[in-house]
Amino acid sequence: MTYIAKPKFHHPGLKKNELGYTHRDYEGKISTLCAGCGHDSITASIIEACYELSIEPHRVAKISGIGCSSKTPDYFLGNSHGFNSVHGRMPSVLTGANLANRDLIYLGVSGDGDSASIGFGQFAHSIRRGVNMTYIVENNGVYGLTKGQFSATADRGSKSKKGVTNTDNAIDLVAIALQLGATFVARSFSGDKAQLVPLIAAAIRHKGASFIDVISPCIAFNNHAGSTKSFDYVREHNDAVNRLDVLVSRDPIAVDYAPGTVQVVEQHDGSKVALRKIDADYDPHDRLGAQTFLARHAAKGQIVTGLLYVDPDAEDLHEHLNTVETPLNTLEADTLCPGSAVLDKINASLR
Amino acid sequence: MKPTDIAAPDYFHKVVDCQWACPAHTPVPEYIRLIAQGRYSDAYMINWKSNVFPGILGRTCDRPCEPACRRGRVEENPVAICRLKRVAADFKDDIRQRLPKPVPTNGKRVALVGGGPASLTVARDLAPLGYHCTVFDADPEAGGMMRTQIPKFRLPNSVIDEETGYILALGVDFKGGHRIDSMRSLLAEKYDAIFVGSGAPRGRELDIPGRKEAASNIHIGIEWLASVSFGHVDKIGKRVIVLGGGNTAMDCCRTARRLGGEDVKVIVRSGFEEMKASPWEKEDAIHEDIPILNFLVPVAFVHENGKLTGVTFQKVKAEYDAKGRRNLVPSGEPDQTFACDDVLVAVGQENAFPWIEQDCGIEFDKWHMPKVDPKTFASTNPKVFFGGDAAFGPKNIIWAVAHGHDAALSIHKMLSGEDIGERPLPEVQISSQKMGIHEWSYDNDISIDKRFKVPHRDKVVALKDIRAEVELGYDVKLALGEAHRCLNCDVQTVFSTSLCIECDACADICPMDCITFTGNGEESDLRQRLKAPSLHPDQDLYVSSDLKTGRVMVKDEDVCLHCGLCAERCPTGAWDMQKYFIEMTHAGSTCPTKSRSAA
Repeated sequence: MTYIAKPKFHHPGLKKNELGYTHRDYEGKISTLCAGCGHDSITASIIEACYELSIEPHRVAKISGIGCSSKTPDYFLGNSHGFNSVHGRMPSVLTGANLANRDLIYLGVSGDGDSASIGFGQFAHSIRRGVNMTYIVENNGVYGLTKGQFSATADRGSKSKKGVTNTDNAIDLVAIALQLGATFVARSFSGDKAQLVPLIAAAIRHKGASFIDVISPCIAFNNHAGSTKSFDYVREHNDAVNRLDVLVSRDPIAVDYAPGTVQVVEQHDGSKVALRKIDADYDPHDRLGAQTFLARHAAKGQIVTGLLYVDPDAEDLHEHLNTVETPLNTLEADTLCPGSAVLDKINASLR
Repeated sequence: MKPTDIAAPDYFHKVVDCQWACPAHTPVPEYIRLIAQGRYSDAYMINWKSNVFPGILGRTCDRPCEPACRRGRVEENPVAICRLKRVAADFKDDIRQRLPKPVPTNGKRVALVGGGPASLTVARDLAPLGYHCTVFDADPEAGGMMRTQIPKFRLPNSVIDEETGYILALGVDFKGGHRIDSMRSLLAEKYDAIFVGSGAPRGRELDIPGRKEAASNIHIGIEWLASVSFGHVDKIGKRVIVLGGGNTAMDCCRTARRLGGEDVKVIVRSGFEEMKASPWEKEDAIHEDIPILNFLVPVAFVHENGKLTGVTFQKVKAEYDAKGRRNLVPSGEPDQTFACDDVLVAVGQENAFPWIEQDCGIEFDKWHMPKVDPKTFASTNPKVFFGGDAAFGPKNIIWAVAHGHDAALSIHKMLSGEDIGERPLPEVQISSQKMGIHEWSYDNDISIDKRFKVPHRDKVVALKDIRAEVELGYDVKLALGEAHRCLNCDVQTVFSTSLCIECDACADICPMDCITFTGNGEESDLRQRLKAPSLHPDQDLYVSSDLKTGRVMVKDEDVCLHCGLCAERCPTGAWDMQKYFIEMTHAGSTCPTKSRSAA
């Protein structure tokens, strides 16, 4: 790890966002991960996305579990709320926080071990409940902190650094998220910020369960020939279905792309996403189609990336539960706890 | 763009902005690191080798390095390079053992006209090679304008004595009080080479009405300063006007304040910003209660009964023509007269060579300046060389030193039978600074301290004694703080394309957003596509050859902090921090003809 703090000086020509912040203002502490870790690029992408969206850092809650990936919230948004929870329990903590205060932006940061192994159930339930969050899995296919054993997302047939072949089937978190009803599903690659940053920005803007699987090569244990999560492998097998630009303004979009190549998706808050199609036949509104497309390409060893599915009219957990709109911490005591008379009335209505 | 050729010595030399800007190309970051380590003598010797007068320059240099300093592009103020040089001189031990020893003569004789910085540099370079150097000066002691024109409250005699003494102790023959008044007779003495470093000794006149009538109270600045320096003048009237906006004017007004001038003003034709004086010299003058009045052109000296009573000025304003050139035009306001007892005229200096006869083989141009080759400093007489102010008009000490080195090299090559037009490349030493996985042999933790102020002597005390040095210099603690502000620009970021796996770690960590991975293109196009805007097109882009994905690495050298984080976060060692120690080749050094390629 690096011993010095990142110098406070920044480029004198850095642009400022609407809040007057530069992207440097969205940084956290200096990373203690191994040099070259893909996770650091995801950190940089989150910083960039929050900067571009002019998010007020104190309106963000970043919640993580355990693992290399779950350390990263320390490295971005140093002025946000954070909760480094128990291994695999990020989704529960996030759900609870979200129920208590729906006004914050929830960033769940997890890894393949944290979400596909110990926290698989938690992952599944937070997605199926439609918690309004951006759930990012930093997926490197190995347990880096324990020196590189295969994780549950490692592809069958891929080789470990020592040359051992993985005989277990892989969990494709994107396929599971689609099946469980996530309303924003994407996959990207830590080495492709041009794709990743707008995806994160669009996911933050999306109301409902947003899930992004980011393949993030582990330089120390999973970046060799035979790995399917190395820089070289992902670059060779990356099949991007689309590219997107996030347009925050509510003004009509001046499209300067060739006709038929761009699809504009309006989100519930009025922001827009311009999708530049790469695969002309791919329809990101077709959940079933996405699932088949994914399965077909996975069989060919290709890694499908891009915005795979989005439901712009999604609902979230609060709508399902009809909860109070005001965050609990700002409700007065008598509203929060209206007294035994009200409780009696409720009990009576249930008899 | 083509991949950057980092084997060309100039590429990384340019990145060390201070060293590149210094006429003598002093390895600045190297000596600043030595100061931080408390190795003042080592720091002094690096300076001594390169700029010959560290103690003098550390007090008086015009500091071309400081406006160039990268720190000035990162925050408000550059590193106080000049005053750190003085620290090396102030705190060093006795370094005499480390100086070259007098050597037996090689039989060749060189005459040097003028005992100022240019001639002394030539002597310093040639004497240790065995040349018998004879320096002639009209003044009794060596130093030239450094001794006569710079006031003692800026540069004490002890410093001049010490540093000119080091040179004369190399076996240089100094003939003080010996003015050369005929080049013809000097040539007749059959020296193997002659170097003219006689400066720009004539102060420019101001020929306006009343000049003759009031002559006894109108003084030419540099002559007056010299008279003060020698003790011939020790007082001046209470009300003094200094005409001119250069550093000599600043020296004049501050000297006047110490010789009885109570109401001293500097009055300048131009605006305040356009004045030739260095900003810090203007500041020092203002600090001593000397107002600077601008946009006033002197039109007449006012006198009564042969005695000066004041100066009349026309008020002007600046107007810019279509080409952006400034013209001073009358503002139409009535003329203004300022009363005074004495006037000091410091409106420029001129060269004068009445002692060089026409038949000496030395050609002059239409401005009466000798025709001098700007590279070799040879005149049209192959045996006669010029340098310092005598070559290209008034500049400053550090230029004189640089000229001296080059002229000495020419003289040595000529007298060794070599082609003087063939100039050696600088010597470059390259070494990786990596000590451990995240440890470097230099301090890469960037200080965010602002520039430290140099302590000054109390004004009341300083104004009472013309020999009391105003600047007291940094103490060890301040010097350490200031040294830490240096960004170590000579520790270069060196990129190996073949090792890069394009993981983006360097681009992500770089605090200044210097690094971009993108498709190649023309320079103007690439500059549009950088991660942070390119603010200074004169700063180079470091471009790699094609990477695996077909992109290139582009680094804008402009505001790189040389913190080494790119190299620390690089998993494959594609980035390395390598120190480039670049030293100019002086006379007698082994002359590399080819540069080493980067490690």
